[in-house]
Parts: sequence; C-alpha cells; structure tokens
Amino acid sequence: MAGRKPWKEVVYHVLVTLGGFIMVYPLLWMVLSSFKPTDMVLPTSSQLIPTQWTVANYVQGWKGFMGYTFATFFLNSFFISLVATFGTLISSSLVAYALQRLEFKLKGLLFVLVLSTMMLPAQILMIPQFMWYRHLNWVGTYYPMILPYFFAIQGFFVYLIMNFIGGIPKDLDEAAKIDGCSYYGIFARVILPLIVPAMVTSAIFSFIWRWDDYLSALLYVNKASMRPISLALQLFNDPSSGSDIGSILAMSTLSIVPATVIFLIFQKSLVEGIASTGIKG
Amino acid sequence: MAKTVVLRKKKRTFKSWLNEESTAGYIFSLPFIIGFLMFMVVPMGLSLYYSFCKYDIQNAPTWVGLDNYIKIFTNDKTFSKALGVTCYFALVGTPLKVIFALIVALILNHESRAVGFYRAVYYLPSIIGGSVAVAILWRRLFESNGTLNAILSKVFPGMAGFNWFGEGPAIWVLIILTVWQFGSSMLIFLSALKQIPRELYEAADVDGAVPFQQFWKVTLPLLTPTIFFNLVQQTINSFLAFTQSKLITNGAPRNSTLFYTVYQYNKAFPNQGKSQMGYASALAWIMLVIVTVVTALLFKSRSKWVYDG
Repeated sequence: MAGRKPWKEVVYHVLVTLGGFIMVYPLLWMVLSSFKPTDMVLPTSSQLIPTQWTVANYVQGWKGFMGYTFATFFLNSFFISLVATFGTLISSSLVAYALQRLEFKLKGLLFVLVLSTMMLPAQILMIPQFMWYRHLNWVGTYYPMILPYFFAIQGFFVYLIMNFIGGIPKDLDEAAKIDGCSYYGIFARVILPLIVPAMVTSAIFSFIWRWDDYLSALLYVNKASMRPISLALQLFNDPSSGSDIGSILAMSTLSIVPATVIFLIFQKSLVEGIASTGIKG
Repeated sequence: MAKTVVLRKKKRTFKSWLNEESTAGYIFSLPFIIGFLMFMVVPMGLSLYYSFCKYDIQNAPTWVGLDNYIKIFTNDKTFSKALGVTCYFALVGTPLKVIFALIVALILNHESRAVGFYRAVYYLPSIIGGSVAVAILWRRLFESNGTLNAILSKVFPGMAGFNWFGEGPAIWVLIILTVWQFGSSMLIFLSALKQIPRELYEAADVDGAVPFQQFWKVTLPLLTPTIFFNLVQQTINSFLAFTQSKLITNGAPRNSTLFYTVYQYNKAFPNQGKSQMGYASALAWIMLVIVTVVTALLFKSRSKWVYDG
C-alpha cells in the first residue's frame, strides 16, 4: 500500500517468503532427495540440497516392476485423464447452456440435482457403483473411469461453466436468434467460442483429478498392463515390490510433474475459476 | 404434388419442434439426465436393495431385512469407532483449515507484484495434495527416522525417534495433511476480500476505527457468506476423505485413524475372509444420511451468523 514504511514492506516479504518455504518444504524435500544416492536419503534427511547429485534413481525407477516400465503407467494415465476430461468438457458445457439460458419445465429440478452431485462424491458412491458396474461387466475395463464423465456427472463443472455463461450478455444470443440461428447454432457459434476460458479452467481441474484418482483404479483395474500411475506408484511403494527409497521418490516426483507444470502455466485461469465458483456459492 | 406438400409440412413441424426452447432445453440437458439416472440413481437404488441383503458377491444375495442396519447400530464397535474418528477429523480439521485459509488470505491481500507468486506457492500443495505421491511423501516425512524428527530433534532433542504413528498423534498426521491443503479456500477468501468496497474502510477510517476494529466490524461480517461456503465444502470433503487415510495409516494403530470410508471399503473388499457387500451398502446409505443431515444443519445455522447484506 502506498505510504507504507519501507522496512515494514521488507518484514512482510521476508515473513511471507518464509511461510511459503515451509509450505513447499515437503515437496522440495521429495524432489531434491530424489537426486541423492538412494543410500544417502535417510542419513541426510534433514539436509535439503544433495551433496552428491545423481539421476540413478530415475534410471532405476523407470524400469518399473513386474515387467512393465513407468512408460506404460504414464501412458495409461494420460489416456484415461485426457479422454475423461474431453467427455467432461463436452457434456458439462451442453448442460450448463441449458440450465443457464433455456427455459423449460424441469429446469429448476435439474439444477438442484446438478448441485446435489457435488454432495454425492465418489466415496459415497464407491460401493453402489462398484456393484452396478459389476452387473454391467465393466470391472477390469477402463469404462468406469471414462464413460460416466461423458454424462456431466460432476456438478462442479456444470456450475463453473454456468456461472461463466451467466456473464455473457444475452443480447448476443438474441442477435443470433434474429439472424435465424437455432438454439444449437447459438450454442455452437456464439456460446462455445466465448466460454473457452471456463473450459480451460475445467480442463485443468478435471485432468488433475483424473490423474490423481486412486480409488477407481484400485476398484476397477486388475491387469498390470492397465495400471495408471496412481495405482502403480502405490504398488511400487509397497515393501513387497523390493524398490528402494531413491527410485520411489524419483517416480513420485515424476508423477506430480504434469499437474505441477499445468498449474504453473495456467495458474491465472485456475485461480479465477476457483474464485468464480466460490463467490456465487 | 399434394404428397410433397404434406411431407414438407411434416418435416417442418419436426424441425420447429426441435427448435422449441423447451425441446432444446431437454436435449441439451440429456447427458446429465442419462448420467444422473445411470451412474447415481440406479447404483444408489441397487445398493439400497442390497443393504437389506446378505451378499458376498460370489453367491446370490439373500434378503435379511433390517439385519445389517440393526447389527451396525447395536453390535458393531468398529462402526462407532470409525464414525468417531471421522467426526473428530471433520470437526477439528475443517475449522483449522478454514481459519488458516482466512489468515493467509488476509496476509496475501496486499498490494504488491509478488503476491501472485506467493499465492501460487501457498496453493501448490492443494493442487497435488490428493496424489499418491503426496501420501507416500507424508508417510516418509513423519516416519520415526524421517525428516520431521530429524529437523525437530535439532531444536528439541527429545523428539528424536518420536512415533508419530502411535495411537494419539497418528490422526494428527492426517489433520496436518488436510490443513496443509487450505489453498482453494484461501483463493475463495482472497477473491471475496477483493469484492469488499473500499469506501467501507475509508468510512471506518473516518470514524476512527483501528485496523483490528475494521476487521471485526467490516471484513469479518462481509466474509461470513464465504466462510459458510468454505465450511460446507470442506466439511463434506473431510467426511469423505479416503485415499490419504487408506494409504498413509490404513486405520492403524488399533483403528485410531480408521476413516468411515476406509472401514466401508474394508468391509466390501477385505484382505481376508468374505466380502460383505450388503453390509457395506448399508454403511454407504448411513453415510449418505449423515452427510445430508450435517449439510442441512449447517444450512439451518446459516441465518444465525451469516450476514447477507
């Protein structure tokens, strides 16, 4: 703030930086320890910077276990996360348009149901859905981890995009309508190009959540070749896999790289996305 | 000639029907309508039925009426233990997390170019906090020969070899993990703080209010809707925590960190013995009722303390 004493500013920045350092310390520890020789990780655990740098843990860890390298697990995760995210974007934007712009009888009810899905998360549904997917013969396939997302089942995204559409002037819809545009045309030509920022925010969240999803992988994946990174990492960490702490930390570090990179690139739209769902909630 | 006219007319009616606002509304909503039925209503209905059955997956379910529920409420000490642990986690962890988020948001609500960077740093743990990598890391940090003890013992030698995963502190390992991820609440607070009109503070200044008074009389009342939103969201989340507790402690020691969701999972997919799907379904339904009641109570308390100016 203007007029603040300079020394106060300095104290402020020092304290906030210190707090930030404590916040990310665990992550820094993981990343930096993964570059220490594996037998030095525990003896030097209170020391952040490695005395001796090495990438041996990455070479060793990447070899994976039970005949599959981490390349398989990463590819699986990318596949699941990208396809599920694609489905989320398409379906959520369609529904959001209907609930924000169109008038129809059951709209109010549908909106309440959309909100209620935010209170019905995967943890409550895990047993019921498992039994249902078992009936459908989906256990052991990627279907449970992909198909539901093509049906706008995450109210968070519908709500986020709805809020964004709410900010687009209705005159644009009206003008397109006068020009002879149908509702489908309005959605495709007017709304869709304008909600790109909300789609980016949704895509980031969806991707990261799918990437981290451990519960579904635990329930539905039973072939080693189909394991996504979350499940593979947990099994890799299990004492029975015989892996050493260095490679575990190295693969853990790699597993958070996609989310971290996406976050750093799209930081601004993420922050705005969270803020916009929050204010109106 | 007449035929083509009829055809064209028919075509036009279908097209115009398709273009009616309410038809379009339902067509656009169709993904959600199908998804809600297929992936929420049907599974929940199915599990309601199974909750009245004995069902081990291998053999066909047999109807046992209210047996599962009666057993849960009268003869299942692990159920009450798990419920207690979960409530403790939610009641202690959530307020701590929201308070932390508010304090950091107040500190970061500062005019400086560096704030964007700080915000990212404080938010980073939240973005990757749900990952298996962080669960593995957390276990390592709090291990008795782990990093935390190595650092703490330099200042407090007594902390060397402290067992964080003992019966008392183990739940705190998980509480600290959830509080560490206050990022999204913090962002919501930050944007709410930006919305408070400056004139209010200027007016308070004129009236001679010191910063502390300004906080209590201006900032806090105006933030109550946001505090409410964060409390509801985080309470629901903490009732449903799964991955981190499953991976870090898996209920140990002696069920002192056994989260409700983990208990439910263990009933459905036990390491040994038969699966109790019917029983687990009953547990899922009880959880649904609990979460609904808690949310309803929170909403009921809303008018008592939330300022809607």
